[in-house]
Amino acid sequence: MQPIRLIRSRCVVLAADNVDTDQIIPARFLKGTTREGLGRHLFADWAARPPAEDGQVLVAGANFGCGSSREHAVWALLDAGFRAVVSPKIADIFRANALKNGLVPVVVEPEFHRLLREGMDVSIDLESLRIEIRGGPAAAFALDPFARYCLLNGVDEMGFLLAQSERITEYERRACER
Amino acid sequence: MTPRTLFEKIWDAHVVRPETADTPAVLFVDLHLIHEVTSPQAFAELRARGLKVRRPERTVATMDHSTPTVRGPIADPQAAAQVRRLEENCREFGIELHGMDSDRRGIVHVIGPELGRTRPGMTIVCGDSHTSTHGAFGALAFGIGTSEVGHVLATQCLLQRKPKTLAIRVDGRLGPGVTAKDLILAIIAKIGVDGGTGHVIEYLGPAVRALSMEERMTVCNMSIEAGARAGLVAPDEATFEYLAARSVPVRESWRSLRSDEDARHDREISWDASALEPMITYGTNPAMAIPIGGEVPHEDGRALRYMGLRSGQKLLGHPVDVVFIGSCTNSRLSDLRQAARVFKGRKVAPKIRALVVPGSRAVKRQAEAEGLDRVFLEAGAEWREPGCSMCIAMNGDQLQPGQVAVSTSNRNFEGRQGAGGRTFLASPLTAAAAAVTGAITDVREML
Repeated sequence: MQPIRLIRSRCVVLAADNVDTDQIIPARFLKGTTREGLGRHLFADWAARPPAEDGQVLVAGANFGCGSSREHAVWALLDAGFRAVVSPKIADIFRANALKNGLVPVVVEPEFHRLLREGMDVSIDLESLRIEIRGGPAAAFALDPFARYCLLNGVDEMGFLLAQSERITEYERRACER
Repeated sequence: MTPRTLFEKIWDAHVVRPETADTPAVLFVDLHLIHEVTSPQAFAELRARGLKVRRPERTVATMDHSTPTVRGPIADPQAAAQVRRLEENCREFGIELHGMDSDRRGIVHVIGPELGRTRPGMTIVCGDSHTSTHGAFGALAFGIGTSEVGHVLATQCLLQRKPKTLAIRVDGRLGPGVTAKDLILAIIAKIGVDGGTGHVIEYLGPAVRALSMEERMTVCNMSIEAGARAGLVAPDEATFEYLAARSVPVRESWRSLRSDEDARHDREISWDASALEPMITYGTNPAMAIPIGGEVPHEDGRALRYMGLRSGQKLLGHPVDVVFIGSCTNSRLSDLRQAARVFKGRKVAPKIRALVVPGSRAVKRQAEAEGLDRVFLEAGAEWREPGCSMCIAMNGDQLQPGQVAVSTSNRNFEGRQGAGGRTFLASPLTAAAAAVTGAITDVREML
């Protein structure tokens, strides 16, 4: 993963709430065995597909990414050029998947979310945890400190987990005696 | 000792390294279920990093999502390649696989319990959001993405922040013709499609206690449809009987797996289900559900436009094209028995396609031993090989654009059962009634 400090781009707005991962990428495109090339299937069944080339910041309605756990949804968004999702609420599994791939989940208050419009320039700063509309208001957003560390340094969780090997062995010994 | 919830007891017992402000907890996973669709990229990651599977004996694989429900070779080359890849991965990494030829193959969330692998107090994960099903046994079970599948393969652990808990207490008793599916649809409608986000739900109360294990699985299965990561039911005699029947010795310690009297959940809801009616969805997420005799509420235009419905319209009598009985929500023996109760001595209405897809080979065998297959076939329904089938519509079992389905599955999202398809979620009883009458029907009139 590449380190991410600042994302500066235009907004692409999806008005709907509860956009599930079946909308993001329909199941018939999950039959591959690699992560690549899924961007062309993004929102494949929508009459009006959001123009990804117009911006890297997807402004989505509440409960974005609900439903299926398919990480393909995150891979498709990244492959199409998106680097952040801004929403008043993001579904749990989607958010976890996004963080593992460097797609930044930005959860903002509904009041700030309402200010974001198609084509607006925004900057998302992972150092200060602020999102700012160019020439306009800004808002703070929360991000788990560990997730933020991983994004800023371009490291993934696997390395951290592998480094726990001794503790895991110790746990397995204890649990075995239980 | 501080009183603890059931969730906290399971969580605490699996913490390898406690969470701090800076780092999430390292949580040990007792059982990892894998399938063909969400695992290949995880195995590729393992290979790229030169890693092994840490505990292959705690990993169980099957193929269910992209597999055909008709006999014979897999016609779709992509699906065939995906299945082959899982076979290769299991062989290379020494993982138990219930593959296409196995008489124990089935939907991953149906076979886990059937094989006696799902047990109380465990942590169970799978690259599938309906892993919440296994919570019916008092196991903390939740869906993960493919990166996390890789983490569990390599380390048998996950990094997790401790979720909150939501207690849903259900009093009363379900009326005739009202099932566990109706109960969970009503709960999701009540708390909303994101009402459980960030929470693990514990289902409590006499109406929950009265449910069989298969019914509890139906309830826990759809916890994710309210946004919750997991659903839990404390184990009791029904749990122990189910396990004993599968040669799983009952452990004394399982009896303490329940929330302590004074334990506090982060949120609590109680509700009396005595007046519950059969439920059906009308919209494009599972929270958009109403009693079978109800009227379509005033909702955002997009969902109703997609479904071809108007606000204020009654659903009773709404014509149906396809009926699907199956999925990890409702494909177990008791579900098929319920459907058969309606089909027996009746015929599927003209021009209606009714598909019955058992959850596993074992369910199929048991159903056939009871003669349920003959009931379905004589009624004019199709009796298929096990798999996810038309719930996820990856294997060719799908709706055509504009077709209306009454489905026992778990998701009515736009296009979920095939692009342009319109899904009405309901119980196996209600689905079978729709097959027979060709329209949305109150099954209570037919029992």
